Amino acid sequence: MVQLLSVDGDFIEPKEHAVYGDLVRQLREADFLKFYRDMARIRRFDEEATALQRQGQMGLWVSAIGQEGAQIGSGYGVGPNDHIFPSYREHGVAITHGVDLMSIIKMFRGVNHGGWNPKENRFHLYAIVLGTQALHATGYAMGINFEGLVGTGDPEKDLAVITYFGDGATAEGDVSEAFLFAATNNTPQVFFCQNNQWAISSPVGTQTKVPLYKRGEGFGVPGIRVDGNDVLACYAVTKKHMDDARAGKGPSLIEALTYRIGAHTTSDDPSKYRDPAEVAEWAAKDPLIRFERFLRKQGIGQDFFDEVKTAGDELATELREKTFAMTEPPLELMFDHVYSEPHPLIEEQRAWLQGYEESLGGHTSNVDGDDTPRYGGTH
Amino acid sequence: MGNFVELSIAKAINAGIRKSMKDNSKVLVFGEDVAQLGGVFRVTEGLLDEFGAKRVFNSPIAESGIIGTAIGLAMRGFRPVAEIQFDGFIYPAFNQIVSQLAKLTNRSEGFFEMPVVVRVPYGGGIGAVEHHSESPEAYFAHTAGLRVVSPSNANDAYWMIQQAIESRDPVMFFEPKRRYWQKGQVNLDQAALPLHAAQTVRQGSAVTIATYGPMVVTALQAAENAAAEGINIEVIDIRSMSPIDFGHIVESVKRTGRLIVTHEAGTFVSISSEIAAKIAELCFYHLEAPVLRVGGFDVPYPAAKLEELYLPDADRLMEAVDRVLAY
Repeated sequence: MVQLLSVDGDFIEPKEHAVYGDLVRQLREADFLKFYRDMARIRRFDEEATALQRQGQMGLWVSAIGQEGAQIGSGYGVGPNDHIFPSYREHGVAITHGVDLMSIIKMFRGVNHGGWNPKENRFHLYAIVLGTQALHATGYAMGINFEGLVGTGDPEKDLAVITYFGDGATAEGDVSEAFLFAATNNTPQVFFCQNNQWAISSPVGTQTKVPLYKRGEGFGVPGIRVDGNDVLACYAVTKKHMDDARAGKGPSLIEALTYRIGAHTTSDDPSKYRDPAEVAEWAAKDPLIRFERFLRKQGIGQDFFDEVKTAGDELATELREKTFAMTEPPLELMFDHVYSEPHPLIEEQRAWLQGYEESLGGHTSNVDGDDTPRYGGTH
Repeated sequence: MGNFVELSIAKAINAGIRKSMKDNSKVLVFGEDVAQLGGVFRVTEGLLDEFGAKRVFNSPIAESGIIGTAIGLAMRGFRPVAEIQFDGFIYPAFNQIVSQLAKLTNRSEGFFEMPVVVRVPYGGGIGAVEHHSESPEAYFAHTAGLRVVSPSNANDAYWMIQQAIESRDPVMFFEPKRRYWQKGQVNLDQAALPLHAAQTVRQGSAVTIATYGPMVVTALQAAENAAAEGINIEVIDIRSMSPIDFGHIVESVKRTGRLIVTHEAGTFVSISSEIAAKIAELCFYHLEAPVLRVGGFDVPYPAAKLEELYLPDADRLMEAVDRVLAY
């Protein structure tokens, strides 16, 4: 397992992982601070979103607490032109690529299915059906191959793709098929598995008899295991493997060993199936605490941590205000883009519902109050 | 008018794909055994030689993978034409078709279009083993976001495959496998109809038979038999099962007052169910009889030696004609 930060926050560099240590040494203090700020930001976001769900502002919340190191580290290891195909718990990866956090709130509130433009930020929409996105990523990477945008040596041209999924999703046939298609097509692609130990109530042993980083080997996709609570290791391993993919060295699998500190979702009660001692053991390996220790040892002072805390409070206020100000989506959202070309049945049903709603005094959506042509009020 | 050639349905689809590939370099053909072999029905024969391995390639035997990667390729701007080798092999891809391919344009609020064609040889009548003779079109017609079509003759095969490839939406392209070798005149210069338009293939006044795909020939045989008895049957090839060109069927039923809908699939919750319900709604005061349906039975597709009993034929259609005229 690649680990570059001890639990005490010391930078360690085993000889066999020197290639990853080198990548960390190329980072500057500003990068370290950015990593910490984003980890803290996404944790605060997660806590606030959970509270909003408890207040009835969202139908569901999917917490990623405990996985910030894996997500922020790997997210920044992805190149600026690369494409990301996430599952539904990748809030941390999302902010490394400019996705508006309110988009994620909107999605879980039921305003839309995300609404961000994946072509613009190259962070694709959340995939709810496990593992499906792995095949989309592989097809996308095959397309990059066909276009010859691999191994040209031109950093402006070369592209790679990363797909995220959890330990539970590895059991889905689509993930295995994606390994196979990736290997036989030598796609520029990284499979990033966050093994957070639990698929709702099923421990990882239900999904696999071999360590997950070995799951790709039989398909021709070599794997590596990284400490998922070590943001620097996650950054370095992801960066190296994405660089290799872009250079034409083919697909690889990264298993980030981490832990889902919270419930699967707000609908879940982990006390029914999990030993509190296990949770406590992993909480002691918290990625934020570990990285804070590292930063303090680098001489980062209390001012910085105070500033991050204040930014978190501001973010929480902003999230609440924007959530409370959200408008309902217009009924058109249901009918728009079902097809790209006109479809008589959809047009007939849209017209019928509009007429019916008007006969009752109109649909309650408030499109006029929206400051954006898309839905759900302020960003 | 036009430049006509005689082609089988299989060759006409091949010619149509070839034309699309020449016109648009983003068109890719893949699936199981489609490259060197040209597919088990030779529909893609010769395309590898002409367009090369980056545009015509064999996929692993993994249907979900075929459709899942087609979706990723479409996101990258390609226009995949994916083959599912046989109707009964499509179910491993069902999730990728129904939950992903069909819904991604709506989910992404139009940021991604899904110009993917899924080619499926379908239907029975070739004496095949289990899972090689099914008619699964209703599953897909039921799914919002998909377009579902089936040609019944070589000219339609040539044009409809090109229109399906040009469509910005996913199209399930069902190919009537027992008619692959049926020849017909193809007008290479001009498409007769838009992709989703129905077509009257025989004029009549007493009864309308609406059908599609492999059953069009059967309906025309029944109409010939009926003509010998002095019964004048109109036959409509609906060509598209989603959307359905109801206007065309309504116009006919308002004249004949009687409608029979036929297909190979079982009739329970089928394309004919939808047509019967809609025509009852739109033509209530014009109907002289209830809409009758003639289909396969609602059983698993039987062993080959029983398929003649399973498949609707001209005689079973004539039995329905007699019943619909008895009202």
